[in-house]
Amino acid sequence: MVTGTTVARRARWLNPTRKSADPRMPLALVVLSVAVVAGLMLPLAFLVLQAAQAGGGQLSQLLLRQLTLTLLLNTVKLVVVVTAACAVIGTAAAWATERTSLPGRRVLATLLVLPVAVPDFVIAWGWVSLFPSLSGLPGAALVLTLGLYPLVYLPVAASFRRADTAQEYVARSLGKGPWSTFMSVTLPQARLAVTGGCLLVALYLLAEYGAFSVLRYQTFTTEIFAEFQQGFDAPAAAALSLVVVALGVVVLVAEVAATRPGRTVLGRPRPQAGVRVGLGRATAPVVAALGALVVLAVGVPAAMIVYWAGSGQRTTLPAAQSLAGAAWHTALYSASAAAVATVAALPVAVLAVRYRRAPVVVMERAALLVEALPGLVVALALVYFAARYAPLAYQSGPLLVMAYAIMFFPLALVAVRASMARVPAELEMVGRSLGRRPLSVVLRVTLPLVMPGLLASFLLVFMTAATELPATLVLVPTGVQTLATQFWAYTGDFSYRAAAPFAAAMLVVAVVPSYLLGRWFDRLPSGAVGR
Amino acid sequence: MITVSGLCKRYGRHIVLDGVDLEVPAGSLTAVLGPSGSGKTTLLRILAGFQRPDGGRVQLGGTTVEEAGRVHVPPERRRVGYVPQEGALFPHLSAAGNVAFGLPHRERRGPRPGELLALVGLAGFDDRYPHQLSGGQQQRVALARALAVRPEIVLLDEPFSSLDAALRAEVRQDVARVLARTGTTAVLVTHDQDEALSLADQVAVLRDGRVAQCATPETLYRCPVDPAMAGFVGDANLLDGLVGDGRVATLLGELALVGGPAVLGDGVRAIVLVRPEQVRLDDSPDAPGSPARVEAVEYHGHDAVVTLQATGAPGPRLLARVPGAPAVKPGLVLRASATGPVVAWRHEGAEQPVPVPGTGTAGPAGSDGWPRAGGM
Ligand SMILES: Nc1ncnc2c1ncn2[C@@H]1O[C@H](COP(=O)(O)OP(=O)(O)OP(=O)(O)O)[C@@H](O)[C@H]1O
Ligand SMILES: [Mg+2]
Repeated sequence: MVTGTTVARRARWLNPTRKSADPRMPLALVVLSVAVVAGLMLPLAFLVLQAAQAGGGQLSQLLLRQLTLTLLLNTVKLVVVVTAACAVIGTAAAWATERTSLPGRRVLATLLVLPVAVPDFVIAWGWVSLFPSLSGLPGAALVLTLGLYPLVYLPVAASFRRADTAQEYVARSLGKGPWSTFMSVTLPQARLAVTGGCLLVALYLLAEYGAFSVLRYQTFTTEIFAEFQQGFDAPAAAALSLVVVALGVVVLVAEVAATRPGRTVLGRPRPQAGVRVGLGRATAPVVAALGALVVLAVGVPAAMIVYWAGSGQRTTLPAAQSLAGAAWHTALYSASAAAVATVAALPVAVLAVRYRRAPVVVMERAALLVEALPGLVVALALVYFAARYAPLAYQSGPLLVMAYAIMFFPLALVAVRASMARVPAELEMVGRSLGRRPLSVVLRVTLPLVMPGLLASFLLVFMTAATELPATLVLVPTGVQTLATQFWAYTGDFSYRAAAPFAAAMLVVAVVPSYLLGRWFDRLPSGAVGR
Repeated sequence: MITVSGLCKRYGRHIVLDGVDLEVPAGSLTAVLGPSGSGKTTLLRILAGFQRPDGGRVQLGGTTVEEAGRVHVPPERRRVGYVPQEGALFPHLSAAGNVAFGLPHRERRGPRPGELLALVGLAGFDDRYPHQLSGGQQQRVALARALAVRPEIVLLDEPFSSLDAALRAEVRQDVARVLARTGTTAVLVTHDQDEALSLADQVAVLRDGRVAQCATPETLYRCPVDPAMAGFVGDANLLDGLVGDGRVATLLGELALVGGPAVLGDGVRAIVLVRPEQVRLDDSPDAPGSPARVEAVEYHGHDAVVTLQATGAPGPRLLARVPGAPAVKPGLVLRASATGPVVAWRHEGAEQPVPVPGTGTAGPAGSDGWPRAGGM
């Protein structure tokens, strides 16, 4: 489950293009950026190579079978159900916290975002350990709706907050009631945010593995993983991967097109909120419903952790790794990936902000294309790469770090870019005209201003990588366990008591930074840069 | 002193500067006036050293700092202060921190930042951060920051454009005062002709990538180089005239020529510039001049602008600026005359009428996409 992406995404299109200081792009920046983007394209390249080696005949044989149709149907069914549910729940919740006089709406607004930070496989485990019979489409739909509705809630709430409230006043003054105003003015303004959120939900569903595995719901990712475990049937895995990636690209392109600037009507955040609707007698039920949402999504897994931790269950599984050991390795790999992704994002972000022209935009889009690749697919492509060209790298720490860095590069790019946009070229010019050399200007002007963004990028990638499951399962070095893989090993063995502390550790790692980051991104677009 | 010669700059095929020549005397304030997109910012950035020209040369105080393809002195060694459009304060530094940015370590903690803030009228604002300052205050801090390092030259890029009218007048005066006091050579870029004329010792008008005219505000207003320039700087009546006996005969009477009778030969057809404040209106039917019907009266407090239509065969539209509140109403027929001396240009293309858009044969200009100053 990739946490915090939406908050980051909100900032993606907010930067206006600026006139650049000098039209000549520094060669070093271009070379570095091209190298980074080429690295990002590696998994896709290997995937295509792998498929090409299988040959057209074998490919069509692999794809044109009953299994593909089943998987496609399963995926489509789930995407339709979960996306629709997320759209309704996310929009309703956003309306309640942003547009009504709900008591405690600020606290609720914070709590409602939390589920996105909890790994979906932990939510799934929480529910399955409570209701062991939960499985299939109903179970998958329930769990993923609970885990993903914030992806709709976040952008819609933001668009409600920024929408031009004057239009609502006009509608009310023209004699429309609150409900009719909502339907005819407020909702249309948020339509693009809803669309963008829904497409994002679809993208996540395509990439999800852990929750489906727990809930025994067969999709492309579970099937690819199964093929991998049964002696790595490379052509079959590659063929199925190609289908998921194709689906992902379609969704991604639709998402980018839908949330393009100019199609959204964003006003500046206004000091006074718009027309807040009094809920009257409905107040208590609405608060209860929103509270229940949070309890079902976060409360259930949290309670199950506590329950199992206190139970007397014994595990038969030998402890491959202590909690501290797993935490250390998780931190090591995630921090390395976060550093690599952030540093790699720097040259691309500088070009994208300062020298925004056609080739740069193409490069940036190519980098964001990685979002359409499920982590599992990235991992398998790297396994193939290592098996072929670098046998020593297979199941080594650096390869796992590289996989994380590639998968979460878009997160880093969005955060770094947003912070670069806060340093207009003029500031550096002024610094130099005041007699400072370029290096001194970078240290005293540029760095202090972009530091918060670099930090945000680091945190974002860190916490996302720390709760990543499928790629970690594939690439984790032999004899090493991370929080996620050790949790996975225990739950696979129904050793829930032993698994509980690992789940708790992941919750802490994911929820705390995501709360901090949410606050940071909330402050970003207002433009007022604090101390 | 700044000497710019033959400066050229293009972006791709788009030519922005096409041979700019400019002299800025030491200690003076020169305004560069030009419409939006005419290359004012580009010119300043080349002077400061942030952009490289494609041709031409820049000398500061006799030293060549820029010569296309040959010499380039980096910005930090030019001693040229730069106040960008929108001020651009460092958002992570306080007002005093901004001012101290360019100072050597010793002076940063000393009294100098405070003194400079006091100089721009912001004593006691040391610890405020940019987001806690108003737009006008930010501009003043930006100026103090530029002056802190004692530059020989300060470049100001539309420093007042983001301020509202009342504040603009105030900050403008403060800036002029501070610059005069420190004796700094300054180049100020603006698209507001009112601002250029009221503030500068010398105004250079940028047009089609060149300096079309560079003169004192009075000369620029009184003697523009061509009819288009007359419209650029202020409201103008452009009338047909015939030169004879060293004077020029127009609808508004026989007027003396600026520069004496010798400028244009007898019998030459001319375009004559009559500024609205040179037009006199009389209600007695036997006053000199021609009859004209009042069409509109625009009251500005200190004066009023009266728009008239000359009666008789398609007469031109006229603008007259009269002090106070005139006792005239639309529909009234008055006699309009003018007092010289006036500027006249030879009429190109002998018998054809002067091509001034929107009017009959000739008439007022001043709406060439340029803001028309309210009460100039
Ligand atoms: N980096 C660039 N690449 C391409 N064209 C540019 C670039 N910078 C400026 N231009 C173009 O050069 C022209 C002059 O720009 P400049 O910023 O100097 O105008 P200006 O007179 O300062 O305008 P304004 O009053 O709006 O600030 C404009 O047409 C602009 O579009
Ligand atoms: Mg400009």
